[in-house]
Order: sequence, then structure tokens, then C-alpha cells
Amino acid sequence: MIPSPLASSVVFRIGPIPIARPVVTTWGIMVLMALGSRLATRRLRVHPDLPQTALEALILAVCGQIEEVMRRDCGPFLPLLGTLFLYLCAANLSGVVPGVRAPTAGLETPAALATIVFLAVHYFGVRSRGVLGYLASFAQPKLIMLPLNIVSAVTRTFSLMVRLFGNIMSGEFLIALVVALAGLIVPIPLMALEILVAIVQAYIFTVLAAVFIGAAVGGE
Amino acid sequence: MDPKIISIIGAALAVSIGSIGPALGEGRSVAAAMDAIARQPEAAGTLSRTLFVGLAMIETMAIYCLVVALMLLFANPYTR
Repeated sequence: MIPSPLASSVVFRIGPIPIARPVVTTWGIMVLMALGSRLATRRLRVHPDLPQTALEALILAVCGQIEEVMRRDCGPFLPLLGTLFLYLCAANLSGVVPGVRAPTAGLETPAALATIVFLAVHYFGVRSRGVLGYLASFAQPKLIMLPLNIVSAVTRTFSLMVRLFGNIMSGEFLIALVVALAGLIVPIPLMALEILVAIVQAYIFTVLAAVFIGAAVGGE
Repeated sequence: MDPKIISIIGAALAVSIGSIGPALGEGRSVAAAMDAIARQPEAAGTLSRTLFVGLAMIETMAIYCLVVALMLLFANPYTR
């Protein structure tokens, strides 16, 4: 019997709180990324060395994408969206490492990330338009659209979660099935495809979050 | 019939029928994007970004079917 992809195994417990495997993997990724960025930004210079150049190129690329999608300065959104993109890249790609299951292949991590995006949309919307202005934007362009806009605010969060979960989980599931059916070497092309899917899904999640936040913030 | 057999057939039908529509839709959108890039190569960046986001939106339908199939197989309340 294949273990269910919808459930996740508990590694250990802190008091009454069970700590599942995706949480442990996420902590590992967080430690690695925090240490890595601390090391890369320890000595910032005008004439940068290699890690600083790589990091600057990455940040500028993310910033450029955000500015193209949202048509405004990326400054206030870069901390959230840039972190989302970097974390998602690391989390999706961690499934390639032997013995590690990508945390985004379980339901909880995508659900948590989608909740963060859901809350951030309202935060940026209220900050940019004020409470009444943001609430009024739900009745745009006509009042009859009000229920549809409210429903879509929830369903797009849900679809954000299901898209990330489904893509990453189905890839891992497929590789597990092919290993069980055909043997060790056969799924290597599938794993190469998985790397592509991992990067594309991280990109799509970030761009969609930028689109949602941009729609909530509104035009100039 | 045994509920397990029914849910296995249901899962297979959900994925096989449910992937027809998204496949046709993705094919159409990629064809349209190729056409647009061939006509206007300088807009390739904007077009491919929009294409990726649109493809992700369309693909969500197929992913929904996959999740429904997995729920039928692994989280089905009627086969307990």
C-alpha cells in the first residue's frame, strides 16, 4: 500500500504539539537560508564579490518582475514577495535531495503560504486605500459584483494552495510510482522535469501573489 | 458493487475525463502565444509571463481533478 500523499508523518512532539516532517524540513531550509544570506551580506562593498553579485542580480530580477506586474515601485512588496520566491524555490527543490520530502508536497505548507498571501492582500489594500476605500473596492465596477468579489477572494486563495500542492505532490507521487514499477535509473528524466516544475511553480506563486496584491492596491 | 472498486473507477474517470478540457485549453493558449510571439518578437517577455500565469490558472482545473481522485483513493469516508 502506498502511503497517502494527503497525510504527513509526525516526527516528534513538543509537549502536546506534534511536529510533522514538513515543519522540520522548513526549519532546516529557514536556517540554511538565514545563514546563507547572513554570510553573503556580511561585508557589503561597492565593488561586490561573487556572492554579493549573485544576490544582487537575483533581487534585481525579482524586483523587475514585481514592477512589471504591479506597475509601481517594488520597495514595500519586495520583503514579502522576494522571501516567498526564495523560500518556494528552496522548498520545491529540496525534494530533489535524497531522503528529503519537499515541504510543499504536503497540504499544510501551501495552506500556510496561501494564508499569508490572503492576509497580505488585505493589509496592503487597507494601507494603500484606507479601510473604507478598500471595502468599497469590493463593489467595483458595479454593486452587483460584490458577492462575486468576496467569493473570489476566498477561492483564489484556495486555488493558490491547491495549485502548488498538486503540482509538487503529483511530481513526487509520479516519481515514486515509476520507481516502484520500473526501477532506479528510469525516473531521472522525470526528476529533471520536476526541477523545471519546481522553479516554474515558485515563479507562478510569486507572480500571482503580486497580481493579487497589485489588484488590491489599485492603480496610481 | 464494493465501494472500493467504485471509488477506484471514480478516481480514474476523474483524472482521465478531467484532464481533457485543460489539455485542450492549454494547447489553444500556447498556440495563440506562439502566434503572437512570431508576429511580435519584441513582446516575448510580457507574452511569456502572461502565458505562464494563464497556463497555471488553466492547469488548476486538472489539479483539482487530481486532488479529487487522491481524496477518493486515500481519504474516502465511504470505504472505511
